[in-house]
Amino acid sequence: MAASVHKLVRKDGKKAQNILAPLWFLLPALVMVAIFIYYPVLATANMSFKNYKLFDQSNIFYNGFENFRGIFKDLAFRRILQNTVLWVSVSLFFQFFIGFGLALYLKKKFKFSGLYQSIIFIPWALSGFLMGLVWKWIFDDNLGVLNDMMLKLGLIETPIPWLSNANWAMAAVIIANIWYGVTFFVIMILAALQGVPNEILEAAELDGCGKAKTLFLVIIPYIRPTLILIVLLRIIWITNFPDIIFGMTSGGPNQQTHILSSWLVQKITYDQDWGSGSALGLLMLCVLFIFTVFYLLATRLEKDSEGN
Amino acid sequence: MFKSVGKVTKFSVLAIWFVFTLFPLYWIFLTSIRPVREVTKKLYLPQSNSTLDSYRTLFSQYAFGTYIKNSFVVAFAASAFVIFIGMLGAYALARYKFKGKSQIMLVFLVTQMIPGLIALAPLYLLLSKVNLLNTLIALIFCYVGGMVPFATIMLRGFLQRIPPELDEAALIDGCNRFTALFRVVFPVALPGIAATFIFAFVQCWNELFLAMVLIDSDGNKTFPVGMRSFVGAYYIEWGGLAASVMIGIIPTVIMFGLMSKFMISGLSAGIVKG
Repeated sequence: MAASVHKLVRKDGKKAQNILAPLWFLLPALVMVAIFIYYPVLATANMSFKNYKLFDQSNIFYNGFENFRGIFKDLAFRRILQNTVLWVSVSLFFQFFIGFGLALYLKKKFKFSGLYQSIIFIPWALSGFLMGLVWKWIFDDNLGVLNDMMLKLGLIETPIPWLSNANWAMAAVIIANIWYGVTFFVIMILAALQGVPNEILEAAELDGCGKAKTLFLVIIPYIRPTLILIVLLRIIWITNFPDIIFGMTSGGPNQQTHILSSWLVQKITYDQDWGSGSALGLLMLCVLFIFTVFYLLATRLEKDSEGN
Repeated sequence: MFKSVGKVTKFSVLAIWFVFTLFPLYWIFLTSIRPVREVTKKLYLPQSNSTLDSYRTLFSQYAFGTYIKNSFVVAFAASAFVIFIGMLGAYALARYKFKGKSQIMLVFLVTQMIPGLIALAPLYLLLSKVNLLNTLIALIFCYVGGMVPFATIMLRGFLQRIPPELDEAALIDGCNRFTALFRVVFPVALPGIAATFIFAFVQCWNELFLAMVLIDSDGNKTFPVGMRSFVGAYYIEWGGLAASVMIGIIPTVIMFGLMSKFMISGLSAGIVKG
């Protein structure tokens, strides 16, 4: 890259001499994003209107909206949609409030708080799929330690069919997901809390605000833009996170614990029905896109001051 | 009085969450050191007959040595590449003003909405066209491509905190933009770069679905794909599975432990301000 010396942009707004320079710097990133993220989106859109089964390559043709119709008509579709809403809303609710609570507690340093943080942050570094397997082991109807503990403590008299009953299994995967995702909120909210200037907190104290008042009238409004953004990121992320379900139940019993994204994985990897899988992927993308637009409009997120 | 009640509540809550966080890991550890015949026993403390047999099986009967090596190669190479590419892009976004900049930011941000899973089929077809199916290079490319947006946005956050006077001085001293970036800015941004690197490494190390779709020969499998050998349809070998989970989580836990201090400021700088 034989870049010549370009004048820097200064705070007084002097333009860089060569407008191509930044584009050269950005070129590799843009090329990679184009090939590996945006091209697949277009290819998916195209494939979703095709009869495309990997095991039947001689029989590929455009079939209009057949794949979409197939998804809506699928007997498991309603259940999977409900599961997705449940999976996202319940996981998010608990992850957020537990994360917020822990962040408030951790904001003030105590002895070993650094060590404590490092340890409770661990789930975040782990593979969702691996942890799905671990939780499967814990929740196992007969061999699992959870039923054993609950029996020994006298909480239940017969083992709970955690993974063989669809509703219990949904509860189980959501519990595992809460375990997995709280860390993200602790990290993000803690960072946001640390960004609240001390002067504001001191002023609130001088004005006689109690702890609760300070929290709701001073701290939360201050970090609101951050909260709005991380909740949005998290909703999208949880929707697209089939790893735990894949490890714990693979969507079973009888397709009853699938969410949209794990169903997508099943269509692509096991059923090898790429037309249908693509249609599902396209639907998810559209739903997430529309949701994001409405979410941002509803929360009226101002263009954040730091970006330009 | 109230104060101490508050304190008791606080530390009980923290303690409960601590136990809840660690218990699954503790339990899988206990499972991994049980003799194979006693794997399903519910004993809550390590026993005197503990053994590393399950771990030995991984390397003698399964190709876990290979899986681990592959995962390291892929995760390391992809993270290094994405840092390089991301630094270039981040530098342009942090230091230049130019037309279309906010649109480019949008191109990166919108990717956060796209389910990565939809890329599985198209990338399989794309890579089969260029004869890269079933290679580690294919995985590295895909991971780099997938991680470029977050790495660029995150690194931009770090670069914005470094005063532009620093690279200005380097330019006056005869550096060009490129050498100024890598010789002068890079070392100063190192904590942020390290945080980004580890974040990327962990993501690659844990990625399952692309690796599952793109790789099918045993010699090229990454760790999570190899793990699936233990998950038969009706039978799971829990001892081996537990041991491999332990091995699979150790690298990321160590890296993460080393960096957890930087993580808070790092991630929030990148994602929240993005």
